[in-house]
Amino acid sequence: MREPVISFQNVSKTYPLYKDIRGIKNFLFNFPKNIKSIKNDRFEALRDINFEVYRGEKFGIIGRNGAGKSTTLGMMAGVLKPDRGIVTVRGRISPLLALGAGFHPELTGRENIVLNGVLMGLTRREVLSKMDEIIEFSELGEFIERPIRVYSSGMTARLGFSVVAHLDPEILLIDEVLGVGDIRFQQKCLNKMMSFKESGTTMVLVTHSVASVANICDRAMWIENHVVRMIGEPEAVVESYCEAAGVPINLGAVNKAAL
Amino acid sequence: MVGKATFEEGQVRHFGSHRNLENYRDLIFVLLQRELKVRYKNKLLGYVWSIANPMATALVYFVAFGLILRVQEANYPLFLVAGLFPWQWLANSINSSPNLFVGSGSVIKKVNFPRNIVPLCAILNHMIHFLASVPIIVLLLLLFGESPSWSWFYGFPILLVIQFTMAYGVALGLSAINLFFRDLERLVSIVMNFLFFLTPVLYTIERYPVEYRTLLVAINPAAGLMVNWRQLILEGTMSPLYLLISAIYAVIFFLIGYAIYRKLSWKFAELI
Repeated sequence: MREPVISFQNVSKTYPLYKDIRGIKNFLFNFPKNIKSIKNDRFEALRDINFEVYRGEKFGIIGRNGAGKSTTLGMMAGVLKPDRGIVTVRGRISPLLALGAGFHPELTGRENIVLNGVLMGLTRREVLSKMDEIIEFSELGEFIERPIRVYSSGMTARLGFSVVAHLDPEILLIDEVLGVGDIRFQQKCLNKMMSFKESGTTMVLVTHSVASVANICDRAMWIENHVVRMIGEPEAVVESYCEAAGVPINLGAVNKAAL
Repeated sequence: MVGKATFEEGQVRHFGSHRNLENYRDLIFVLLQRELKVRYKNKLLGYVWSIANPMATALVYFVAFGLILRVQEANYPLFLVAGLFPWQWLANSINSSPNLFVGSGSVIKKVNFPRNIVPLCAILNHMIHFLASVPIIVLLLLLFGESPSWSWFYGFPILLVIQFTMAYGVALGLSAINLFFRDLERLVSIVMNFLFFLTPVLYTIERYPVEYRTLLVAINPAAGLMVNWRQLILEGTMSPLYLLISAIYAVIFFLIGYAIYRKLSWKFAELI
């Protein structure tokens, strides 16, 4: 019944530090040292990670800065390759891009919708057929015909979310970009996300907002020191995470405050 | 710290996220349209601007070499344009290539799209600007009492394909390497400057000593192309030997550039 759409098997990832190779000049002047540094000076981001995300699930990932959350997301998106282990993804990935990425400031909102959709792997025809729906959801009104550079950051975020939410995402990756947009639009996004459950859309949410994890997600994972510290019920994971961070939290209060 | 017990490489397997041909086509279309739309906000004015730059360059060299240094070359303005316009397509493509991936970094970091499309569109974009300047060449031909040749119909496509392949290969390689060595851009512009004056663009190939002529064309990847462009535009003919040399260079550059791109493309998101 539970079908994994994303699975990480013994995944490890390290980054070279590239600290001495910022330019050809630099590289050539310190040649032997640099060759050695590429091999040895590596920064460990993830060590032996194992987990699965199932179809239709809302999966939250929390952890401190630099714990490896974005690396995990990068490997799901297929832009990073693990050093060891296997990442398997079944379905089309739609990343919700950080503010303005994949948009061109000189193009209008309408033109940017097409650009963004095609970058995510859809055809122009598919994007154009959803155009009206996207514009309506974004509530941008006449701004849709104006270049993106005149948009406020909230408006850009609204456009970004409207695009990914309406392009029939199979797997939606969200990296800390929800907090923009006014409170009413946030509620609208929340409702939209809740409706994904019926369409079988899987959602992976990386965030520092423990309230969102507790409210939205079905399951949560806590990454600490490059390993999975805990996977399970969002409330339990969030509680232990907050406790470990030294910020005790009363989830009952958070739930009420956020909704 | 990293264990060396297992040597098997990590893998990412994606199922169901394969892009179809229509998406590839649309991706090229949309990215190209983006460049052109930004540039040609106002259609007529946009066109004037896109040919203003090559025209101005030609004018500068005409003043410097034609009027002041008095180069003895028949129809020097026409001669200059026939060499400079194709050269500018090549030079602009290569000079802009180191920054291509750096420039679209935020998307490369998040979305897994075929990144080789970025240089592809950049070169296509420069090619379109070159084609947009062809009417100026025709106009100058007519002004100097000559006319375009029928051989353009096969000559242009052949040279376009060779130059496109060469520029694309170089751009793929340079744009990928530049992520590691961000000062590559400076080096490229120095090399391109040298190459410009070593290539028969401002002068004819007859200025090369006759005994070294073939050798000099053989060691300069751009020379054969530029000589043929001018010969095609002014006389309606091409030199088969130079055509062959430039075609071989184009294939070599493409293969090397693509190999570099393939080898490095997994590292892009780490570096940006």
